[in-house]
Amino acid sequence: MPIVKGCGRYAASISFPHQLHMRIVRSTHAHGRIASIDASKALAAPGCVAVWTASDVAEIPPIEFRATEIQGLEPYRQSILAKTHVRYVGEPIAAVFAEDDYQAEDAADLVTVAIEELPALLSADQPPAQFAPGYSTEPVIVRKGYGDVDAAFRTAHAVVELDLRIGRHSGVPLEARGAIARYDPVRDVLELHAATKRPHPGRDLLARMLGRSPLSIHLYECHIGGGFGIRGEIYPEDVLVCAAALRLARPIKWIEDRREHLMAANHSRQQHHLLRVAVDREGHVLAIDDMFFHDQGAYVRTAGARVVEWTASMLPGPYRVPAYRVAGHFRLTNKTPAGTYRSPGRYESTFVCEQMMDAIAARIGIDRVEVRRRNLIAGDDMPYRRQLSGNEAEMVLDSGDYGLLLDKVLDRGGWQGLVGEVARRRAAGETVGVGIACFLEKSGLGPVDAVRVKVDPTGTVEVVTSSASLGQGVETVIAQICADALGHDYRKVRVVHGRTDLMDYGFGAHAGRATVMTGSATHIAALKVRAKAIAVAARHLQETDPGVLDLVEGKVAYKGRPDGPSMTLAEIANALTPTAAIAKGFEPGLAAEGVFACDHMTYPYGAHIAVVSIDRETGGVRVEHYLAAYDVGVAINPMLVEGQIAGSMVQGLGGALFEEFLYDPDGTPLCLTFSDYLMPTLAEVPDLDVLVTEDAPSPLNPLGVKGAGESGITGVGAAIASAVNDALGLPGAVKELPITPRRLREIMAKVASLDAAASL
Amino acid sequence: MTAKLDIVLSVNGRNYEVRVEPRRTLVDTLRDQCGLTGTNSGCEHGVCGTCTVIVDGEPVRSCLMFAVQAQGSQIRTIEGLSEKGRLHPLQRAFIEHHGLQCGFCTPGFLMLAASCLDHDPHLSDDELRALLSSNLCRCTGYQNILKAVRAAAVEMRSQ
Repeated sequence: MPIVKGCGRYAASISFPHQLHMRIVRSTHAHGRIASIDASKALAAPGCVAVWTASDVAEIPPIEFRATEIQGLEPYRQSILAKTHVRYVGEPIAAVFAEDDYQAEDAADLVTVAIEELPALLSADQPPAQFAPGYSTEPVIVRKGYGDVDAAFRTAHAVVELDLRIGRHSGVPLEARGAIARYDPVRDVLELHAATKRPHPGRDLLARMLGRSPLSIHLYECHIGGGFGIRGEIYPEDVLVCAAALRLARPIKWIEDRREHLMAANHSRQQHHLLRVAVDREGHVLAIDDMFFHDQGAYVRTAGARVVEWTASMLPGPYRVPAYRVAGHFRLTNKTPAGTYRSPGRYESTFVCEQMMDAIAARIGIDRVEVRRRNLIAGDDMPYRRQLSGNEAEMVLDSGDYGLLLDKVLDRGGWQGLVGEVARRRAAGETVGVGIACFLEKSGLGPVDAVRVKVDPTGTVEVVTSSASLGQGVETVIAQICADALGHDYRKVRVVHGRTDLMDYGFGAHAGRATVMTGSATHIAALKVRAKAIAVAARHLQETDPGVLDLVEGKVAYKGRPDGPSMTLAEIANALTPTAAIAKGFEPGLAAEGVFACDHMTYPYGAHIAVVSIDRETGGVRVEHYLAAYDVGVAINPMLVEGQIAGSMVQGLGGALFEEFLYDPDGTPLCLTFSDYLMPTLAEVPDLDVLVTEDAPSPLNPLGVKGAGESGITGVGAAIASAVNDALGLPGAVKELPITPRRLREIMAKVASLDAAASL
Repeated sequence: MTAKLDIVLSVNGRNYEVRVEPRRTLVDTLRDQCGLTGTNSGCEHGVCGTCTVIVDGEPVRSCLMFAVQAQGSQIRTIEGLSEKGRLHPLQRAFIEHHGLQCGFCTPGFLMLAASCLDHDPHLSDDELRALLSSNLCRCTGYQNILKAVRAAAVEMRSQ
């Protein structure tokens, strides 16, 4: 474990001889026209080698986004350096290259930019304005739905309306971004180091932007200090270091500082939902009609309108919804552009959906658990066709018994006891409450992954993947899957990831896909190697029936006779050197490739319980206890799954109570340090219980697995809001995340004045 | 301000002769001049604790200290935590209890915990929680960091 010894190699630790350091000059205005840029003083500064503005990179097109069915987003892409206008504070205007990092920063301070200010649009609720001549700040409205919504509302027993907001927050990994590029003219290869998440698509995108062959660009991953959706997208800075390495003929290193990170790396989440739900007398949902506004920030980045699409697709959650209509307004504002953050669209939609369930319970006068039980999709209904699409594929919920998980959660959490306990404490004067949230997730985003497994003459196994490691433990999981399928010790398995020069294609590690896609491909490849090893051993042991042989712990032997005649994987690999193999009629090498393709996603699901107490004086919320339950189909490595759930739960806690990117009225960001953007510390973390179940293996892959990486975060905003409402004794009191002390004090003041009015 | 000074830093028992500007931070100097890249830098304004090293026995955020200020002090970094090739009990406990995911904050947590437990392994659980809440981690949710430090403290008490 090199990291505990200080041998981690994160981006800042990668250096090449004669490298230059890049520093970005960023806009200090939320919206304006660039009148002039004067770099003369910067160019004269010690160590400064070059200063680029938009005109120096005019031939490089704006950064494109992923394939999507949504048309018309192209005009909203971000150029790598602002051309005529700036549209958010933090937008790159110029790139400064200098001999060392301090000199680069000094020189960047000397670049003067004159901006003619324009009015800043800071809310997606406001009517759209002009993005550029002929283009509104609302590129698209994502509409989805099915069934006769209007008829359902006409015949409904009751209609419940909700107005809910989710704050602007993001992944904020502890390592800020970094990128190091170098060009080798001898091989004509451009290398980009510290790339991750989706190495092959990233390579292909850079190739198109720079006009190079994809094979002449190699992306290398290093240690990654947290991903969470925001890292590994192609950002302006990634393209700039590549272009500069080519043109300045020196390695280029860029390491972001924290202030930059908070104003320039992808934000996420901010939405405003106006939802109506029609229900019958028993609280069954008849139809949902939702309109929401998504605050995308200044440009459409690599993820396109994905977050809006996923919000729209996943909002019905794990429930039967006979008719559904949603309009997601994808709107640009003069803030940092947004992208995906762990559980994109689901953290948001689960908050909305579960507040809706609590509101239905309150309206009909039934228990919060009962209303969920009545509406959950039944296990017998699986696979369940959602009548919606997600990622251009039909949504078919592959497997699950949501009611069973709800039972298990109530049992594990001691729900009845908790409800009684908080009632007793409230009677004694405390402000405490308990909340619950059920949710649906999605994972295993395809379309395809390939893996190559080979055994060298020492018996060491190498698994070459196209995956990425973001600290989630993918190497361990892949090694385990390979070792199990092959019949070998997992400590003898080396896993290679994040190398575009060693694999032809792949889609990386994101959206809970690594274990599902790369894991399944590994399983397939390892089984092929196993079959070949047994066939070769059979020949050497002069055994005509390979079926009597088994491969266990790296050794092929007769079944039931492990101490009898045998051949180790090392011996088999030696027997497959090119000349030896050809002499015996085998293909050289103990190796095989496995390909796994899947058009449909798997749908894991979970339920959370939160117990909170409120300090009525300060408005502070303390989460006392939290239970996060999740069905992953099959847990390859339960410790890693639990680690993912615990970590993502605490991130969700941040979004529920603390984390928010705020702006002043002219669009200046107010949260540019960790003293202003508040992430949870150990002091805020509750007593956390994690329940991993394996009741519903996925039928869509040979391992039965579903992704675990996003699970812990999805229900946190919803469960904590439910608990706070319960504590206040006022369903629907919380209308906005994060539930900051200021917001909670406002709610309590309103409740107090209502109570006072009622008692008059 | 940019005139460089020749200084000697004593890190993990070894002297490093370096030439730095007075404004160069200790973390940047350790990483770039001494080649000790195990100490990571997370926020550069003293909040996250990622860059924690031990200076004269006390935990210090090396982004808030200039290298020139550390001259004459005994500095200990993550590279000096294990002795004679034997992992420190904290290092072993972090591996055993899955106390890290991406690992970026890990050297800071290890040095923070070591600075206190090496003096007094009898810290109460409340004291441990208070101590560890001074650093940020974005991956683990802290549960396993706490478990690891508790386990290491138990082991260190018995030594």
